[in-house]
Formats: sequence, structure tokens, C-alpha cells
Amino acid sequence: MAKKQSVHVKINGRERQADVEPRLLLVHFIREVLGLTGTHVGCDTSNCGACTVVLDGKTVKSCTMFAVQADGAELLTVEGLLQDGKLHPLQEGFKQEHGLQCGFCTPGMLMSTYALLKKNSQPSEEEIRWGISGNLCRCTGYQNIVKAVQYAAGKLAEGGAR
Amino acid sequence: MIPASFEYLRPKTVSEAIGLLQQHGDDAKILSGGQSLIPMMKLRLARPGYLIDINRVPGLSYVKEEGGYLKIGGLTREAELEGSPVVHSKYPIIVDTAHVIADPQVRNLATVGGNLAHGDPANDHPATMLALGAQVVATGPKGERVIPIENFFLSIFSTALQPDEILTEIRIPIPPPRSGGAYFKLERKVGDFATAAVAAQITFDDQGVCQEAGIGLTNVGPTPIKARKAEEFLRGKRLDEANIKQAAQLAAEESEPSADLRGPVEYKKGLVKELAKRALTRARERAGK
Repeated sequence: MAKKQSVHVKINGRERQADVEPRLLLVHFIREVLGLTGTHVGCDTSNCGACTVVLDGKTVKSCTMFAVQADGAELLTVEGLLQDGKLHPLQEGFKQEHGLQCGFCTPGMLMSTYALLKKNSQPSEEEIRWGISGNLCRCTGYQNIVKAVQYAAGKLAEGGAR
Repeated sequence: MIPASFEYLRPKTVSEAIGLLQQHGDDAKILSGGQSLIPMMKLRLARPGYLIDINRVPGLSYVKEEGGYLKIGGLTREAELEGSPVVHSKYPIIVDTAHVIADPQVRNLATVGGNLAHGDPANDHPATMLALGAQVVATGPKGERVIPIENFFLSIFSTALQPDEILTEIRIPIPPPRSGGAYFKLERKVGDFATAAVAAQITFDDQGVCQEAGIGLTNVGPTPIKARKAEEFLRGKRLDEANIKQAAQLAAEESEPSADLRGPVEYKKGLVKELAKRALTRARERAGK
């Protein structure tokens, strides 16, 4: 076994540290070492986007990165979207617009669309579809996911800037 | 899927990284964006004993015009390339290409250098770089050497890079006036490799005659293919419909696809012809002719 290395991250505002094997994937670090199981493992082959997290402001597939690479990074996972007990407008949008059925892809969808809205607060439908092109949903047909993002963009424009 | 165990090394400079490559030889791999390497490690198609992570080596990520070239640092992310103002205003063929590589999350990590150094004929940058007549800079123990892109791809997953070299820069000659280029790709879905794709770059003289043509083909052979016969045919000609059609036909004949889940050979050759037609037509429009 390769020697363990220290990984220190700030995740959802909290400082966390652990010594891990270099081959540990970031998604397993998040789920099994840090105990944050909101981030899902879907395909495990870099296709489905269920494991998407925001790393230093950018979305990455946490199944296709080693935890040691994230040393020193700031991470945001689905657990970090709720603030002061209040749902993020995107979470509210997915609920209001039925943007999920089985819900397995939802954490990844939320993180991709969170990063999208940070970059582009009023995306067109095409921009939303392009923004979630790295996330698969096998239930909704995407229509209600698009509506959920539009709902959130509307809420954020009303002044709930987050 | 869990990759085989490896030692993780994180050099701070290019020379330190090269020293590690010399020390560990074939048992070491450079970790750049990791978006091809890590999936291969998870499938245990790759089992490096040492992973040399160059992501924190400063000075390898940039896009700038300098000394007659567009210079792209090897560690430049696809998302950065796609968002680069100079690329956006002057190199639409590169925007076309970066835009269709994998998906947004992958583009946030994947690097231009990695896309070339991986030597995968299914990757998108190789064809575009062949069309643009790019050069790659390989940095090794003795310093830098410049490799013309047409000599870079040797066979599947094999390039002219030596085991102790790192691809540090891509140089694209700044196209002269009256130039234009485009990249057309057919993929089954976002994130898939190309069923086929064609890059075309054309330069006209002031009479509207083609002076220089570059055509690259993606995923229709054991390496990325430079369609030399099609290029040669176009030089000295006008890009009217008949000539574009003939060049596209030649490009299709130069392709060597194999049948797979994405389609049979004849379909892929037909696709090369159609995509070449579209890429040449768009290249002509962008050159203003």
C-alpha cells in the first residue's frame, strides 16, 4: 500500500483533514471519509455527473479526481446549499417544478446548475441545457429540470441573491 | 472502481517533474487533467506505479499570441481555452473544437496538452492542430524541442514524446489574412467520442484562390489523420461547390475507420465526406470568401 498523504479541504464552510491513500477517489473521500453521502456515485465512469461537486468555484466529477488532488481546495456539495435552514432557490425550484422523480441525479444536477447560475444568472433555455449536458437524468426527460432552473433564476433575480 | 495502488508525487517545477520521470521511467505517468488517465486507471488499463501531478506547476497555463504564434500552455484547461478572448475573436475553429470536448465538468479539468499527449485518435484537438499546422514543445532533461504536429502521432496511444519529456506548449502559426477554419463533429450524445469529425483550415490569396489548406480527421483511423491528398487538391483552386465536394471525397478516401458501435466503415467514410464538406464551406465563409 502506498504511503498515506494528508488531505485538507474546506467543505461546505468546514475545515476537514484526513490521511488517505493516493488512490482514493474524491467522491469516496467525501462520502466515506467525511461522511457526506449527498454526493452520489452513479456510473463511476465519468459519464453521468451524479458525483458533480463544486471545487474552487468549478464543477468537477468527483469520481474522476483523486482526493489528494483536492488538498487545499474549497469544496461545495449538495449539503452546503441549505443556508440558515432555508432551501437554496434551486432546491426550491426542483421541488416546485418537479425537477426530480427518483432523485438520484439531483445532487449532481443541483451542483451543475448552481455553478451555471453563478456564472450566468439569467441563462437561456439553451444555455441551461448546455449547462447540464454533463449530467444524466433517466426519469424527467429534463423538461422540469430546465423549469426548475428557470424558477431559481427568477427567484435570484427577485433579490434572493446567494 | 478502484485504481491500483500508486505513489503520488507533486513536483513544483517542470525540471523537478522531469527529474521524477527520469528516476521512475516507464513506471511513471504525468497527471494533468486526468480525465482520460484516471478512467483508464480505474479500469486498470493503466497501472502506473508513480503518478506525477503537474497541476500545481506554475507557468504552464496560458493562451497568448507571441512571436507569430498562438501559444497555448500544456496545462491550459479546455474551459479556459474556450473562454479565452483571443481564441474567441480570432480562432473560431478552436472554439468549435473545445466546445464539443466531453462535457462541462470534464472541460473544467481536462487540458489541451493532455488531449494531445494521450495520443488517442478519438480526441478532438489533434485533427484541429493538424489542420492548423501546429507544433508541440516537448520539454525534457536537455531542454525544449519542437515537434511538428504531423510527426507527433505515431500509433494508437503512442506519440513522439519520450518517457522523460512533458508536453509544455502548443504553438499555432498565426493564420495570415483571408484565413478561416472550422471543426465539425458528429457524436451520439454529449460526452461521447466522435463517430467522426473533420477540421478544416483554409487561406486564400487576394484573388480568392486557395493558397493553403489543412484538413484533419478525428477517430477514423489508428491515429489522427492529416488528409494530405484533399489538402493538395485544394491548393491553387477556388473553393466552389464542385471542388469542395471533390476534396471531401478525397478526405473520405484517406480515412481508415473501423466498424464499431458507432457504425460501419462505409457509414463513417460517408460521414467524413459530409463533415468535410460542411467544415470546408464554413472555413470559406469565415475567411470571408
